[in-house]
Amino acid sequence: MVPLSWYILLSAVMFCIGIFGFLARRNLIIIFISIELMLNSVNISLVAFSHYLQSLRGQVLVFFIITVAAAEAAIGLAILIAYYKNNPTIKVDEINLLKG
Amino acid sequence: MLKYILIPLLPFASFLINILLGRNFIKDRAHWIAVPAVFGSFVLAVSAFLEVMNGNTININVYSWIASGDFTVSVGFLIDQLSAVMLMVVTSIGTLIFIYSIGYMHGDGGYYRFFAYLSLFVFSMLILVMANNFLLLYFGWEAVGLCSYFLIGYWFHKKSAADAGKKAFIVNRFGDFGFGLGVILIFLTFGSLEYLQVFGGAGAAMGQTISLFGYEVDLLTLICLLLFCGAVGKSAQIPLHVWLPDAMEGPTPVSALIHAATMVTAGVFMVARCNPLFNLSEVAMNTVAVTGGVTAIFAATIALVQNDIKRVIAYSTVSQLGYMFLALGVGAYSAGIFHLYTHAYFKALLFLGSGSVIHALHDVQDMRNMGGLKKHMPVTYAVFIIATLSITGIPGLAGFFSKDEILWRTYLAGDLGKLLWFLGTTAALLTAFYSWRLIYMTFHGKFRGTHEQEHHLHESPKVITVPLMLLAVGAVAAGWVGIPPVIMEHGDRIGEFLAPVLGHPEGHGTHAEEYMVMGASIFVALLGWFVAHRMYVKTPELPRKLGASLQPVYNLLLNKYYVDELYSKTLVQPVLRAADRIILGFDTYVIEGIVNGVPGLIGAFSRKLREVQTGMLSNYALVMALGALCIVGIWIFLR
Repeated sequence: MVPLSWYILLSAVMFCIGIFGFLARRNLIIIFISIELMLNSVNISLVAFSHYLQSLRGQVLVFFIITVAAAEAAIGLAILIAYYKNNPTIKVDEINLLKG
Repeated sequence: MLKYILIPLLPFASFLINILLGRNFIKDRAHWIAVPAVFGSFVLAVSAFLEVMNGNTININVYSWIASGDFTVSVGFLIDQLSAVMLMVVTSIGTLIFIYSIGYMHGDGGYYRFFAYLSLFVFSMLILVMANNFLLLYFGWEAVGLCSYFLIGYWFHKKSAADAGKKAFIVNRFGDFGFGLGVILIFLTFGSLEYLQVFGGAGAAMGQTISLFGYEVDLLTLICLLLFCGAVGKSAQIPLHVWLPDAMEGPTPVSALIHAATMVTAGVFMVARCNPLFNLSEVAMNTVAVTGGVTAIFAATIALVQNDIKRVIAYSTVSQLGYMFLALGVGAYSAGIFHLYTHAYFKALLFLGSGSVIHALHDVQDMRNMGGLKKHMPVTYAVFIIATLSITGIPGLAGFFSKDEILWRTYLAGDLGKLLWFLGTTAALLTAFYSWRLIYMTFHGKFRGTHEQEHHLHESPKVITVPLMLLAVGAVAAGWVGIPPVIMEHGDRIGEFLAPVLGHPEGHGTHAEEYMVMGASIFVALLGWFVAHRMYVKTPELPRKLGASLQPVYNLLLNKYYVDELYSKTLVQPVLRAADRIILGFDTYVIEGIVNGVPGLIGAFSRKLREVQTGMLSNYALVMALGALCIVGIWIFLR
């Protein structure tokens, strides 16, 4: 039986990788993947706690998160493609039209 | 009684309707509102006049205007003998001028605007005349000035007209400043602004003095001089006469209205109205008389050489107003008002007649380009002759009776009076000369304009000539109510009518003297006519030779004694220069500093703040992450 703390640790590590990718990478798709990584790290901890507490509430929440993440990914990628058609780049430091 | 409130309110309603609806709805039908309104005022004025004839003077307070402690002012109307005569003059002349304007202003782009301002002008004058207290009088006084500004500058796209409007307004301001001080001083002295209380308390105020710049000044004299200051401005006496000739820039019906019915007569009316005050101050009376006498001859000499047809008549008005003040100054108030009343008819006639000429010539005003219009415009010529006979004082016509009455009363007023009589008679000689000069240059001889103009010469339409004919009747018959008693027993009906308000003039002379004065004025009238005929009909080259040999005098007169230039040098330009300096110093650095500085500061701050929005996604992400960290930190450590 794997103890709870390992799941939590895995979740924390995944979240930190996500944050690092989100902040440090310049490729928009990588950033996107990093966001998904963060979401899924949260999912892991939710499922782990759900199992630990013998309550299904956490897992229900996970389903919602997966649904929302799917929708979000669809919209995000759509925006990305639409932008790419006008402006063939996905480097975030070149996408800076909206500035003061 | 209350129906007489409608006398001023009808023109005011016409003003409101025309100004609000004129542009979009009424347009060229503006006269259908204005003319009935002013005619309605005329009908009511006649009814008020008859009421006063029956001995009922009307004094009603309609509305409590200002009530502050002891200071109460009502909107109230006083219709006595004096205001009744003025009402008749204003509304009758006003009606005819309104009708005339239908023809004269036909097709003008601002037709509705013209009638709106004209109505407002008449309204203001009627308020001025009917007021029963000084504040309402002051209201009318200022409103008249405002309307004159609107109407003189009516063709505002023409710079000279806009300037003339400004000039009239600003010059009047000088006089009105004194008038305003006078009204304030009246309140301080009498504690009221109602005519009845002020005039009732005038005797008690006699002999009081007030300390002014360390001198003890007689209070009543000071009040009278301040009031007269306003009259000098409004009635264009020396030294504030400069605006009136420039007012010729307005459309001709406006000139007629200003000169005959409204505006310039206000000063004469006001001094006559305040006669209980003026009677108590000999200094003020002499000032009035001397100003009038000097203005009469001063303006007449300028009129001798002017070439603009309307300017000649304008200076003639200044001169005739001088006569009126001369009469007021020697205590012959009713003679002054009588002359105001006859003058209104023949001067309106002269102006509207000259308007008819200008209309026929398509806006030519220079008499050197006229001549020979007699056969083209018989009606205008005929009424011009009548007006000229009247103004020069040919026996039997209106001008003779009133002018003779003034000269006779002046003659009786002591040694100063004799001198002023001499000035007045000389001015009458000049009046005769320049009036006939105008006739001969305009209507006689050969036409001196272009051939095309001659081809288009025509008599004016009925809507113009009918008012002229009606005014001509007035110019002949208006004087018959004031026939001197020496010719006809009880002939001076207007003098007797006005006596309850204006009193009986003092001084008695023998019949022989009166006939001498009369004979002198008839003689100078004929002499002026004869000289003008000699110079402009018999030997047309004589005026030019005379002008050349008397070059300095001629130039002095042609340039109106350089009064305008004097004001320009001493007043206008220094003020403009000072204003320039103020604009450069105070305005540029202080006012504009504040006005531009505050937005500039906000702008600079915003520009800095804007830089937060870098457009770099990673920056936003970092801020978000730090924000999340902070929230978590706060949640953990501060819980």
